[in-house]
Amino acid sequence: MSAVTDSVRIEPSGNPVMQSLRDSLVVTKRNLIRMTRIPEMVIFGLIQPVMFVVLFSYVFGGSIQVGSTASSESYREFLMAGIFAQTVTFATAGAGAGIADDMHKGLIDRFRSLPMARGAVLTGRTLADLVQTTLTVVVLALVALIVGWRTHENIGKVLAGFLLLLLLGYAFSWIGALIGLSVRTPEAATSGGLIWLFPLTFISNAFVDANQMPTVLRHIAEWNPFSATVQACRELFGNIPPGFRTPEAWPMQHPILASVIWSLLIIAVFRTLAVRKYRSASA
Amino acid sequence: MPGAIYAEGLVKTFGDVRALDGVDLDVPEGTVLGLLGPNGAGKTTTVRCLTTLLRPDSGKAVVAGLDVLKQPNEVRRSIGLSGQFAAVDEYLTGRENLEMVGRLYQMRPRAAKERAAELLEQFNLTEAADRPAKTYSGGMRRRLDLAAALVVSPPVMFMDEPTTGLDPRNRQQLWDVIKELVSGGTTLLLTTQYLEEADQLAHEIAVVDHGRVIARGTSDQLKARTGGERVEVVVHDRAFISTACEVLRGFGTSDATVEEHTRKLTVPVTGGAKLLAEIIRELDIRGIEIDDIGLRRPTLDDVFLSLTGRVAEATDEENGAESAAARDRRREKETVK
Repeated sequence: MSAVTDSVRIEPSGNPVMQSLRDSLVVTKRNLIRMTRIPEMVIFGLIQPVMFVVLFSYVFGGSIQVGSTASSESYREFLMAGIFAQTVTFATAGAGAGIADDMHKGLIDRFRSLPMARGAVLTGRTLADLVQTTLTVVVLALVALIVGWRTHENIGKVLAGFLLLLLLGYAFSWIGALIGLSVRTPEAATSGGLIWLFPLTFISNAFVDANQMPTVLRHIAEWNPFSATVQACRELFGNIPPGFRTPEAWPMQHPILASVIWSLLIIAVFRTLAVRKYRSASA
Repeated sequence: MPGAIYAEGLVKTFGDVRALDGVDLDVPEGTVLGLLGPNGAGKTTTVRCLTTLLRPDSGKAVVAGLDVLKQPNEVRRSIGLSGQFAAVDEYLTGRENLEMVGRLYQMRPRAAKERAAELLEQFNLTEAADRPAKTYSGGMRRRLDLAAALVVSPPVMFMDEPTTGLDPRNRQQLWDVIKELVSGGTTLLLTTQYLEEADQLAHEIAVVDHGRVIARGTSDQLKARTGGERVEVVVHDRAFISTACEVLRGFGTSDATVEEHTRKLTVPVTGGAKLLAEIIRELDIRGIEIDDIGLRRPTLDDVFLSLTGRVAEATDEENGAESAAARDRRREKETVK
């Protein structure tokens, strides 16, 4: 059969960027269909951050001091950016487990034997994770509003804050993709995608005022990529507590720019590494 | 002119293990080559090298007239891959799987849709088309997998152990599908652990062991080397051995070999089941009591035994290059001991 050369049946090969985009969207669609067939994955992904919102704001609420007051209202507002940021970075585990599962089941081999763009399998995965992350953030924001979180800036700034969060989540899913390609099992990818996230998110300004940390930790926290996005969101949401002293470190003084730079840098580095790994991947 | 699949001196090492140690292959267009060997022999690694999934350390590979190392993406347009390691997505329906594969072969959406419907019909999956592949039986899944490899009707196909793990009925069904496919002129390389499968499907068989092709020929040629069919008789008592030996000599193409301690006699024959019936009658007339009798066709083990002097280690292990390498390592250790 002449299917291979038939121009009615075959997309024009010409533009590699278009092909890459098309292939990525085909794989994104596939991953989104999968998510609807395994709804429990999406639901479990929601439960944890919702639990964090409730636990942190009610259990720690009154006892953690941020800025000049120790009221549970101001801590709740302070906390939300941290929880949002932590939640989007959990996309790492999802991407890692998904890719590792595809490796394990032989789907990566199927894809690699097809004449498709080399980065499309990974891009398709990270884009599908971005959709899931967006959904999670929306639900989380609603829960946050219910427990009393409020923004004090205009809608444009608030949306900009959410965009920074999604960009961070997207960047982290590329780290997950690399982990998924590097481990043997989906289980290993899940724990491998989470273990380092805990110190990363806790040695930051996400849950406490980094000013109160010992010097070494404070420096780490201030330069932590994660902290930049958290600080940027607090500014854009108008959630900086009264009397809060912004640290001198450059990323804390220019958190929005720092957040964008960090995220783009992570994407550039990990996308390159992951695509290279994919090209030689074998189950 | 080299065939549709051509390999010369393929070498692939994993660590210090040579998974492929100079594989040469030449499959003429429109023919079927069966790559026969036990797990860990290098069958899967060979297929992975020829399908651009793995880069050999050295050697040359040409598929459909294209250099596998220099034009991998062009090769991918011309091949279909099916078998144990190229899977389908179990959460997608059969239709969604085939449409996705079509799109990734760069078919336009509508063409991919039509082709998927066509293949589902052809592989008798129309009824299950809109159910997730997770719900399919083993045989249905293999058919879907095979359909995925056929989306663009590629001129060259690779199948890695297409029927491993299937029950006899499903195996026969899949064989029929494959036979029909190759009658249309597709060049096919298939790997298998079963001599019978290679016998059914392949024009030529290459026997692989330790990353090398150790014998090649038609099924008949290989069987001739292994002695073809044999009748095995286990007599009830050692006292019967000499008489039984005499009976078998009359039917066999040469003398019977005797294993005293198991009371087993083996004689090469030609004539199959009909002859078996005659032997049973004759043994009965002579009053020889037997515990067991059977017609044995040569198996992979027999081919191996005659080619290498040892039994093939066809165990149920996971496949893949790494485990193959691990197995080879273990084997090496055993040799050292």
